[in-house]
Amino acid sequence: MGLSPLAVLRYRVPVRGAGLDRFSMSEQATATHTISVLVDNEAGVLARVIGLFSGRGYNIDSLTVAEVDQAAQMSRITVVTSGTPQVIEQIKAQLGRLVPVHRVVDLTVECESVERELALVKVSGKGEARVEALRLSEAFRARVVDATPESFVFEITGNGEKIDAFIELMTPLGLQEASRTGAAALARGPEPM
Amino acid sequence: MEKQINGAQIVLQALRDNGVQHIFGYPGGAVLPIYDELFQQEDIEHILVRHEQGATHAAEGYARSSGKCGVVLVTSGPGATNAVTGLTDALMDSIPMVCITGQVPTHLIGADAFQEADTVGITRACTKHNYLVKDVNDLARVMHEAFYVATTGRPGPVVVDIPKDVQFAMGDYLKPAAVKHKSYQPKVKGDMEAINAAVDLIANAKKPVFYTGGGVINSGPQASQLLREFVKLTGYPITSTLMGLGSYPSADKQWLGMLGMHGTYEANLAMHDCDVMINIGARFDDRITGALDKFSPDSKKIHIDIDPSSINKNVVVDVPIVGDVAHVLEDMLRVYKSRAVTPDKKALSSWWQEIDAWRDRNCLAYRKDDKAIKPQYAVERLYELTKGPDTFITTEVGQHQMWAAQYYRFEDPNRWMTSGGLGTMGYGIPAAVGVQVANPKGLVIDIAGEASAMMTMQELSTAVQHRLPIKIFILNNEYMGMVRQWQELLHGGRYSNSYSEALPDFVKLAEAYGATGIRAEKPSELDDAIKRMVETDGPVIFDCIVTKEENCFPMIPSGAAHNDMLLADDQGLEVEVSDEGKALV
Repeated sequence: MGLSPLAVLRYRVPVRGAGLDRFSMSEQATATHTISVLVDNEAGVLARVIGLFSGRGYNIDSLTVAEVDQAAQMSRITVVTSGTPQVIEQIKAQLGRLVPVHRVVDLTVECESVERELALVKVSGKGEARVEALRLSEAFRARVVDATPESFVFEITGNGEKIDAFIELMTPLGLQEASRTGAAALARGPEPM
Repeated sequence: MEKQINGAQIVLQALRDNGVQHIFGYPGGAVLPIYDELFQQEDIEHILVRHEQGATHAAEGYARSSGKCGVVLVTSGPGATNAVTGLTDALMDSIPMVCITGQVPTHLIGADAFQEADTVGITRACTKHNYLVKDVNDLARVMHEAFYVATTGRPGPVVVDIPKDVQFAMGDYLKPAAVKHKSYQPKVKGDMEAINAAVDLIANAKKPVFYTGGGVINSGPQASQLLREFVKLTGYPITSTLMGLGSYPSADKQWLGMLGMHGTYEANLAMHDCDVMINIGARFDDRITGALDKFSPDSKKIHIDIDPSSINKNVVVDVPIVGDVAHVLEDMLRVYKSRAVTPDKKALSSWWQEIDAWRDRNCLAYRKDDKAIKPQYAVERLYELTKGPDTFITTEVGQHQMWAAQYYRFEDPNRWMTSGGLGTMGYGIPAAVGVQVANPKGLVIDIAGEASAMMTMQELSTAVQHRLPIKIFILNNEYMGMVRQWQELLHGGRYSNSYSEALPDFVKLAEAYGATGIRAEKPSELDDAIKRMVETDGPVIFDCIVTKEENCFPMIPSGAAHNDMLLADDQGLEVEVSDEGKALV
């Protein structure tokens, strides 16, 4: 079964109700922001964050979460979201008032940051298409992590656009499915955020 | 190390250590160990309600009238789900509440056990924070954190869900002082730079207005005192939201009355035309702003709020100050005095002239009637015959609530309990129960509508049991009046399901409960009947038969601006509401 590039576009919270309409008066441009949130790694914390976004009608373009400090039991949630500056300010303030949240930083505006995402991409095919897929994967510095005589699973790392581009190129070459992690991001420089 | 005690004893000890004297609740299978401990002690009084929603509103009334934290105890499953409305209400109106819910034992969680519900999942969106305690050794810490989170910062409801096996398990108790929260540290002091900038704006204002809200009351009595001092010092006009009534005395000449959808003409026009708006503890709610794109177009706006997410949420402001009202006002007053500024007397006097011209419009006037009781008249008479520092008013939601806000007058904070944000019909009777528990000597009156009162009428039984002499003053117009008003104004007068069909005889109903029923049908008998109500020792239902199709004015129709109000003289006029306005609530 093939997969169109649209189907692998990132998850979007479908609710986009009255929450955003009230900003229609301000003709501010919508932009994508990457927000890093340090939280206590406790039961339900992810549900709080996701519930906040869906309940207030904000977008989630991608979201990653894992424990980053075992001793302090802290996790980092990286949310890629989009909205006008006023909406982004609200998202930050709403995240900040969740009780288990320690820090919220908008990596897009508050500092320089690096952002990476990992994807596994399965491509099946024979003959010229298979050779072309492998050749393109080298150009993208993807690695082959599984192979059969008629398929590859590539591991590719990069920013979201690079992965979008790779998946688009693989589509006519026998793309079967993809799994993406969503963005992980950190501020540049010597200091923690 | 102290000897271990069981989870239920930890709960009771934590309640005592957090100063709890009263809790509102209803027993059930999953909280029996806690009820067993309650039975064996005398420090904490339990008020048995008739429905868990009643427990939550009673806790709200208790908290709002006393400044303490309201505490609720309910069982798992339906006990918890019945509490959801009151939790949401407390979240919207920033009322401190700790709600303890029983849960099925930990090994049954997820098994669809009898009376199991995912309480933390269900209440996540309607609490400030919630906890599921799976280990008895976390219980004391969680209980203390719950009180800390509920009562500090912007107050709100906190749920502590305790599985039954944890209530039986033996564990260690920790004192509250040993608990410090890792991430939750609300900011109470305002930024001095912002406070200085605000003082600059205030000192140079030509057409200023204070716009105050429930945050002043939540901040405590000192905040109201500081507000009064600041308003007097500047000589500026002041208005307040529904939630803020009482923080400034309504008898004072600088008081413009309530603002918003059913606020006074002078308050709303002052908001629309002002050049400096000083928002203290209010949140630019849609009942206040009306159409956002036409909201106070020419003013610089100062906003004091303890919740950073309230800043720039609905209205973009010029000087945001995040902090507790009392702390910020204290700093602001000090800076204002140290600058030795004097307001522009000439500008201020012409601003007051404008305001006085609006006042002369006498927007709360209504046509008197000597045959039938007008609801406005009923509230006016009730006020005249019951006013005083020991009188507490609760309300339900609807027309009667707005008439109470317009015609009852408040001189002090914590005397007015109403469901502002969520607009919960059925709030008033249980809230009155809670207020009376906190103020046993007070005169507690629920100004009600007949439809709202029916929603939680069973709590009259609670009042009778606990000898709480609340007075339920029903403005009975046989309609869900506000629904009917909107149907008249916006839906061609088609009164779809808004008639209160098959009403009980409220006098007999009161008697059936063991309370007293009083009815007044004519203006001439109203005063005597009210006096009889006040003199009655126990709970009373007062069935005040009022004119049926009275509308609540002034009114800013949905989607309109502050300077586009409907006044009582407009009654019978065709109201034009835009399609966008009709879609609003």
